[in-house]
Amino acid sequence: MKAIDMEKVQDYIDQFTNRPVYFHVETTNGAYAKHLDSKAYNVGAYVRNAQITYVQGKIVEQEGAYRVGLKHEIGWIYAEGLTDYEFNENGQLLLAGHDEDGRLMVAMQLSEQPFHY
Amino acid sequence: MEIDYSKHRHVVVIYPHPDDESFGTAGTVVKFREAGVPVTYLCGTLGEMGRNMGSPFFANRETLPEIRKQELIQACEILDMDLQMLGYRDKTMEFEDVQLVADDLRKRIEELDASLVITFYPPYAVHPDHNAMGRAAFRAIEQMEPGKRPEVWANAISNDREEILGKPDVVIDTKDVFEKKMNALRAHKSQVDGMLKRFQGSSDAQNEFDLALEYFQYETYHTVNFD
Repeated sequence: MKAIDMEKVQDYIDQFTNRPVYFHVETTNGAYAKHLDSKAYNVGAYVRNAQITYVQGKIVEQEGAYRVGLKHEIGWIYAEGLTDYEFNENGQLLLAGHDEDGRLMVAMQLSEQPFHY
Repeated sequence: MEIDYSKHRHVVVIYPHPDDESFGTAGTVVKFREAGVPVTYLCGTLGEMGRNMGSPFFANRETLPEIRKQELIQACEILDMDLQMLGYRDKTMEFEDVQLVADDLRKRIEELDASLVITFYPPYAVHPDHNAMGRAAFRAIEQMEPGKRPEVWANAISNDREEILGKPDVVIDTKDVFEKKMNALRAHKSQVDGMLKRFQGSSDAQNEFDLALEYFQYETYHTVNFD
């Protein structure tokens, strides 16, 4: 993955508009957050291979990190803290936010075919 | 405690993630292999949902499973142990039907004629997958015929482990085989580099080897008796 290029990512988001796509969205602070700091809580959620047709998608920048919102007929998908992107050989748009150690904190991914695994 | 490694027929290691074996039990595995005892790793998942992507990161959510699979295969080659991948998905093991997982583990344990099973000690193993895998392994062994059950060594890693379980009764010093353990750890490049970097901050160790030795020299287990 490489640092987000807003124009390129917006183009990819536009390519997936108005057609059924599978998405993967996750966020996590890891399974050891509380183990390492008793005052912390483990927090996380992920959705893998739900299908959606969004009618409008947009990437927005603020202070070097990005948010993406996808509007569909009856609601929204949203992710914050994205820093890196890749459009891979399977035609999947991968967006992720990494911390300074390279650990993934948040991800949003779109694909016309279901994601593997 | 002097351990007679050679008295065992077959050691079966049961953990959920590629790298659990290298952190928790690699030195122990080497000692069993040196005594001529076969060891098989039943690895639950491919760590598909790992946060560590390498440091600097080189993996992503979609490439990570295959990368970790290759790292796992390489680590098992270094440790000279057989590998069976069970095909569950990372972070979901606690939502599987524990009886189905236990049935599958029991079949494998019996086929391998295990005389010792090494697994996590639920619920003292912190990560939900660790606890779920340990729970299924415990159930598998409970449901075996008394007298035919393997010995069980279980890793407890929670902060309150000693308050509740007491001191571990099997403590293995891996210093004399740490070169191999280090190589197994290094095989898990996507996971280990970042961790060692973070540990560096709170250690005086002069190099990576000494740093890893400081954290992972001793492999500790509580024996659990099901009879």
